[in-house]
Amino acid sequence: MKRFVSLLCVLSCMTSLYGCALNNDAGNSDNVVYIYNWGEYIDPEVLTIFTEETGIEVVYDEFETNEIMFPKIKAGAVKYDLVCPSDYMIKKMIDNDLLQEIDFNNVPNYVNIGDDYWKLAEDYDPGNRFSMPYVFGTIGILYNKNMVKEKVDSWDILWDPKYKDEILMQDSVRDAFMVAEMKLGYSINTTDEDELQESKELLQKQKELVQAYVVDQVRDKMIGNEAALGVIYSGEAIFTQRENPDLEYVIPKEGTNFWMDSWVIPKNAKHKENAEKFLNFLARADIACMNFDYITYSTPNMAARELVEDEDIKNSPIAFPDLSKYHLEIYVSLGEKADRHLSDLWREVKSY
Amino acid sequence: MKKTLGHIYLTLVLIFLYAPIATLMILSFNSSKSRARFGGFTLAWYQSLFENEEVMNAFRTTIILAFLSAFIATVLGTAACTGMVAMRKRSRNIIMGITNIPMLNADIVTGVSLMLLFIAARATMGFTTVLFAHITFNIPYVILSVMPRYRELNASVYEAALDLGAKPLYAFFKVVLPDLMSAIVSGFVMSFTMSLDDFIITHFTQGPGFDTLSTKIYSEIKKGINPEMYALSTLMFLTILILLFLVNYKPWSKQSVGEIKIRTRKEIVVGSGRRGAV
Amino acid sequence: MNNKYTRYVAAPYLIWSVGFIIIPLCLVLYYAFTNADGAFTIDNVADIISYVNIKALLLSIAFSLASTLLCLLIAYPLAVVLSSVISTNSSILSLLFILPMWMNSLLRTYAWQNILERKGVINGFLTALNLPPLYIINKPPAILLGMVYDFLPFMILPVYNSVSRIDKDLINAARDLGAGYRDIFFRVIWPLSLPGVISGITMVFVPSLTTFVISDILGGGKILLIGNVIEQLFTQDSDWNAGAGLSAVLMIFIVISMVITSKYDKEDIR
Repeated sequence: MKRFVSLLCVLSCMTSLYGCALNNDAGNSDNVVYIYNWGEYIDPEVLTIFTEETGIEVVYDEFETNEIMFPKIKAGAVKYDLVCPSDYMIKKMIDNDLLQEIDFNNVPNYVNIGDDYWKLAEDYDPGNRFSMPYVFGTIGILYNKNMVKEKVDSWDILWDPKYKDEILMQDSVRDAFMVAEMKLGYSINTTDEDELQESKELLQKQKELVQAYVVDQVRDKMIGNEAALGVIYSGEAIFTQRENPDLEYVIPKEGTNFWMDSWVIPKNAKHKENAEKFLNFLARADIACMNFDYITYSTPNMAARELVEDEDIKNSPIAFPDLSKYHLEIYVSLGEKADRHLSDLWREVKSY
Repeated sequence: MKKTLGHIYLTLVLIFLYAPIATLMILSFNSSKSRARFGGFTLAWYQSLFENEEVMNAFRTTIILAFLSAFIATVLGTAACTGMVAMRKRSRNIIMGITNIPMLNADIVTGVSLMLLFIAARATMGFTTVLFAHITFNIPYVILSVMPRYRELNASVYEAALDLGAKPLYAFFKVVLPDLMSAIVSGFVMSFTMSLDDFIITHFTQGPGFDTLSTKIYSEIKKGINPEMYALSTLMFLTILILLFLVNYKPWSKQSVGEIKIRTRKEIVVGSGRRGAV
Repeated sequence: MNNKYTRYVAAPYLIWSVGFIIIPLCLVLYYAFTNADGAFTIDNVADIISYVNIKALLLSIAFSLASTLLCLLIAYPLAVVLSSVISTNSSILSLLFILPMWMNSLLRTYAWQNILERKGVINGFLTALNLPPLYIINKPPAILLGMVYDFLPFMILPVYNSVSRIDKDLINAARDLGAGYRDIFFRVIWPLSLPGVISGITMVFVPSLTTFVISDILGGGKILLIGNVIEQLFTQDSDWNAGAGLSAVLMIFIVISMVITSKYDKEDIR
């Protein structure tokens, strides 16, 4: 009997403990919006203004790659109201039934986003029901004119032994494979085993030339003259050029990935109304312009583009490239099995 | 000769240990934001530090978390020791075995296991989950610090108090607890330190909008550290340094504090298992 | 104190340890031996012998053996120096070896990036002296250096503690009985310091084996240790079953170190 009582005590204590963990932090106040965004992907001032104007508090979190973000949303342990994934990931989230439709009646400013971009977005979000374009760009090569004297116009240069230990590669599965696949002339969405193996071997061959696999650090290292060549997002290129005028950005002739990051609302979001208010706020011309100035990634917001003061940037081919001039391809979600396979191949490349 | 060699060796090891710390301190005075260049001396980062909400928030969270987790762990751990003393040797050994698990377990396994637990319990990841995790890895330090002192304790003093008519609880607080105090304090200090420096376990149990200094530093490492972070660490380090040397040189408290300090050192050793965040 | 109710004071901790130590570990094992649908499988654990994983594991073992050995080689002479040669203020001095631990270890590791970088501190000195630059960043030596740096204090403390407790009279007696330096060391000092050495070894070996942070910060993403694989499986691939499977394999090493520690703990008491 005594045993039974003590067992009961243990059990009840445990449930109450778990209960504690259950009702924490979130839900204390309802006037909040939980945002999950890329690192350095919004002007912090924008968040402050939003809170001032609406009284809605912003809880802001950052992720580094789509692949890090996805499991967190899927697990549902963390309930965000707005997330900003890339194109292919949005497709994957739609396929996994993780998103809810945005009611654009509550986001009247959506008209500021150019029609071209809505059309491009149909590739991953048919009917434009789940997402609102936020930024777009390309991936290219950033090089230091003092260290690289030759003309850079091809991915081939990243395999040139001359630049051993001078190359920075992207540390994300899709971007790394994209470079190899473009160089080989394959689709960047290939699931053909032979093509994947060939790409993997190419990346393995490149590894001894690579100084480091990094994501955001490309920026700092290139500014600090730590490397001669780096694979980088076009938006970062504008920022790095401001800091170090010796840097130049090119889109290789073999073509590259065109990407677009858009806002989506996860299915388990608790504050959908606030999320839509925030979206509308972001699409406002002055706010979008302010944001562009801070993050330097191209904005699909045509009204904001008109407000850009610096003529050089307004007409910059890096910020607003003539998309028809290049061979561009959008990532497509490959499905869970192919994704895992690609992850495995990438680990093979990275394993020492 | 032997002595000179010894001194040289000692100096070399100290240089090795302090070189990164010196680097960080120098960077905190670097006027260029990029760590790649030294742009001249400035105190600007120390000024802007207090205006940097993100860093200050992470700092507050870290301190509150360390204090709360250390405090709760100290209470639970001391109570556990009191109970264990009254147990049979066999059950005591079993509990000590369990206590050793978080100490010897790899941080990554502890972190992952707690993450799986919180997900299974459908808990929202945030301050509370991290707090629970920190308490969990802190309790062993308290137990390993307090338990040996309990063994050295003279039981007859307590019994004498009872014989003189003291109630057990009264006797415990008046007679036993003061004797344990230095061990309890050192357990608390150890816990506080470990919580302050933990990264891996926090990494797996944290949630949205939650950052300790460690997790903030980890995400900043990937994109370039705010120089304010160097300024903050320099300040924290210097504070500890000054505190420790004050404690060691104060003549009036020599005996009692000296005892605490030596115990702390010894307990770090006895309490082996844990290491820094990395 | 042997009131029969006193032992119930330990109940809160007991509950805590069941809820937050035992159950979580059982969950790891549960995930390790099931697949995504919850059916029993040993694939996740068996996956350790896949090409990438076994390579990462062996590399981690090699790194942790090397870092443990290096830590011991650095710490032991230091402990002897601290406890014998330098008599004055050795407690303050030994404090100097703990102090670095109070600065965030991630930052300290990151600082090595600054020191080792191609345009970093060391290379700045070397170029100033017209010496060839040293490129070890993002290469295995950098990771080894990071491990030794981060875990050295955990070797110094227990070794110093056991060496300094050796009764000087024992050494004098050995000398009086005609023992040479070698004999004194191998037959008196070393055996008596063994508990500290063992404790130091377990304290350095396990974290070196399982770290993912040091290889992340100093390896430039080019060197994958078993810790990195597990971390990626959990945070990037969200493949908890696979991650738990590899974690379960790591637990084997932890059990081994527990057994060793408990064995020497007992000897220490005796």
